[in-house]
Amino acid sequence: MSAGVLGLPEILAAIVVLSLNAYVLTGGADFGGGVWDLLARGPRRGAQRALIASQIGPIWEANHVWLILVVVLLFTAFPAAFAALGIVLHIPLSLMLIGIVLRGAAFVFRSYGARDDAMQQRWGRVFAMASVITPILLGIVVGSVASGAAGAAADRLATTRDASFAAVYLAPWLSPFPLAMGALALAMFAFLAAVYLALATDDGALREDFRRRALGAAAAMFVAAFGGLGVAHMTVPHVSGALIGRGSVAFQAATAVAAIVALWAVWTRRRRTARIAAALQVSLILWGWVLVQYPFVLPPTLTIRAAAAPRATLELLLGALGVGALILFPSLAYLFRTFAAAKQ
Amino acid sequence: MTDLLAARSQMAMSLGFHIVFAEIGIAMPLMMVLAEWRWRRTGERTYYDLARRWAKGTAVLFAVGAVSGTVLSFELGLLWPGFMRHAGPLIGMPFSLEGFAFFLEAIFLGVYLYGWERVGPRAHLAAGVVVAASGAASAVFVVLVNAWMNTPVGFTLDAAGNFANIDPVTAMRSPAAFQQALHMLLASYAATGMAVAGLHAWMLLRGSASAFHGRALALALCVGGPAAVLQPFSGDLSARVVAATQPVKLAALEGQWETVRGAPLRIGGWPDAAREETRWALEIPRGLSLLAFHDPGAEVQGLRAVPADDRPPVAIVHVAFQMMVGLGSALALVALWAGWVAWRRRKLSSHRPLLRALAIVGPFGFLATEAGWVVTEVGRQPWIVQGFMRTAHAVTPMPGLVAPMATFTVLYLGLGAVVVVLVASLVRETSGARA
Repeated sequence: MSAGVLGLPEILAAIVVLSLNAYVLTGGADFGGGVWDLLARGPRRGAQRALIASQIGPIWEANHVWLILVVVLLFTAFPAAFAALGIVLHIPLSLMLIGIVLRGAAFVFRSYGARDDAMQQRWGRVFAMASVITPILLGIVVGSVASGAAGAAADRLATTRDASFAAVYLAPWLSPFPLAMGALALAMFAFLAAVYLALATDDGALREDFRRRALGAAAAMFVAAFGGLGVAHMTVPHVSGALIGRGSVAFQAATAVAAIVALWAVWTRRRRTARIAAALQVSLILWGWVLVQYPFVLPPTLTIRAAAAPRATLELLLGALGVGALILFPSLAYLFRTFAAAKQ
Repeated sequence: MTDLLAARSQMAMSLGFHIVFAEIGIAMPLMMVLAEWRWRRTGERTYYDLARRWAKGTAVLFAVGAVSGTVLSFELGLLWPGFMRHAGPLIGMPFSLEGFAFFLEAIFLGVYLYGWERVGPRAHLAAGVVVAASGAASAVFVVLVNAWMNTPVGFTLDAAGNFANIDPVTAMRSPAAFQQALHMLLASYAATGMAVAGLHAWMLLRGSASAFHGRALALALCVGGPAAVLQPFSGDLSARVVAATQPVKLAALEGQWETVRGAPLRIGGWPDAAREETRWALEIPRGLSLLAFHDPGAEVQGLRAVPADDRPPVAIVHVAFQMMVGLGSALALVALWAGWVAWRRRKLSSHRPLLRALAIVGPFGFLATEAGWVVTEVGRQPWIVQGFMRTAHAVTPMPGLVAPMATFTVLYLGLGAVVVVLVASLVRETSGARA
């Protein structure tokens, strides 16, 4: 047993969250792009969609791998948590998978399919709808974990076999707080996408289109975040208590500062600053959740330590991640540099 | 349908769907890189067109492979939480390494597909090479997990029956690891290469753009042909590992009920589980002992040596095995024929009997792959970890599993149909494109 607060399990848990963070900032924004494809309006809607497609095209598959890394790390390092999640959140996770499959498949079908306009439009619609549904389900899953409902249902299943289907497989995620988190995730991804897209074009009118969309998404995020806090206060008071409790005040203050800077930068057309501040704001929201539920991987009972795999596995995994990172990060940098160079 | 059967069906369907795209994702990048390399070497425009065309196909099929692979990684927990809870720490290593390989594949496929005008010629070709190499590495890592399920090592059992003293490195080097990984890699190149060759042979038979399709046919055969010819030898290696480590699976493959010395090799036939005998098979005396143990007098353990509860569904396994061997042999023979024609320096693209044969055996590789997965997966039942964990103990407690099974079946049927239409239209675009 390691005595320190930050032992091997905590380090690996942090890496899982970092991978999720990377997924939110990259893959999340790709889903956000799909949201703006659905909401493309006005005289430039064709140009908006073309910009979105050109930005997602070369990178979405690489961005998507972050999610796979999260899953793999979770089942290797925290198998008990992965198993419990797979059981209790079977339905929302399956729905999310359908969204992931349809989004990716429809995107390539549209890009490479027949030149027939009607077909392209149909796949574009599937791509856009799936881009809206998937982030909501991801947010629902996170909300269900954060609220402790998923963990409680898993505990209940372990102790008694006569719990009703609805109590174990529906109620933990089909309730107000997880749904509010679904809305927040959607708004966050749309916000990130709009901020990135405004930076990705030299066309002034198009840039303004996405600036306005970023402001709208920021407003939606604000509503979803405070609405979610209100819902938490009414339905899961321990979560709202922890979110605004003494331990996380400084953290929430930092999130607020990032949010204000992001909004100010979007407003004043400081597009690079906006991108950094927006990414920071979204990351801080994610880590705020992690902070609230630490040291639990699946509150209210399953801790990071209790869910962790044996030491031999964790050590090897950490080593593999270190070596992998040495290859991964230069490759990712090369990818982003290659496709960022042309658009500036 | 029981929940267990629904879960197994969903997993089988998901894997059966994904494996086709996984194989294509492994072999197609190699072919497009070869085409680009020929173009850069010879300056012949046809090869450039071919590389672009194959890259387009790769883009669509790789994406479907990527999303269906994601489904599988989640389904491990959605359907088999009992398995992942106990085996996760043992088999997580190859999956993690696969994650990095997949990262490289996706990153450099992005560079390859969208970077024709963005990066230099060497960098572009190198990106394709990385895609091809990391695709092969991904396959090896994933198969290491399956090999461990067949021949589990790297742990002891504690008093409560849980895995203890876990050694993930040993688990990666399980007895079946090398043979299974080799078999899967060869299958990928053989199935994809011969299928692409079949498509182009069919286009040639229809009389379209012979220079383009002729080059395509030759390159596809360079990838698929040698793999198809080598695959029976790799199969022999695999069968000997099965014989040594999974005697019940071997007995099911062959429909061998009695434990005997000098067991026969059965071609065809129907294993009747109720009567515990295999009827109507063509038996080659001592053939099984000879092939499995390289000794005509070797003893082969029969199915009756274990209780009926510990036997797989013998008829399914036996028939799937016959299909795999038959389809694979046909593929190897046609590949040998093509090699012979090329050796005699005759033109492949105008040899109509050969083109016809290639067009017919085109899908055989993928069919053999499906049959092969049935052999290895159904042949291991009722175990999910051979000898240590039963599939029934690994399945999720969630009831009503027939609903997700039906949902994903409909989803994949729809996707499969769209992919077929799309690939057909991509192939049609080439007809009469450039002569």
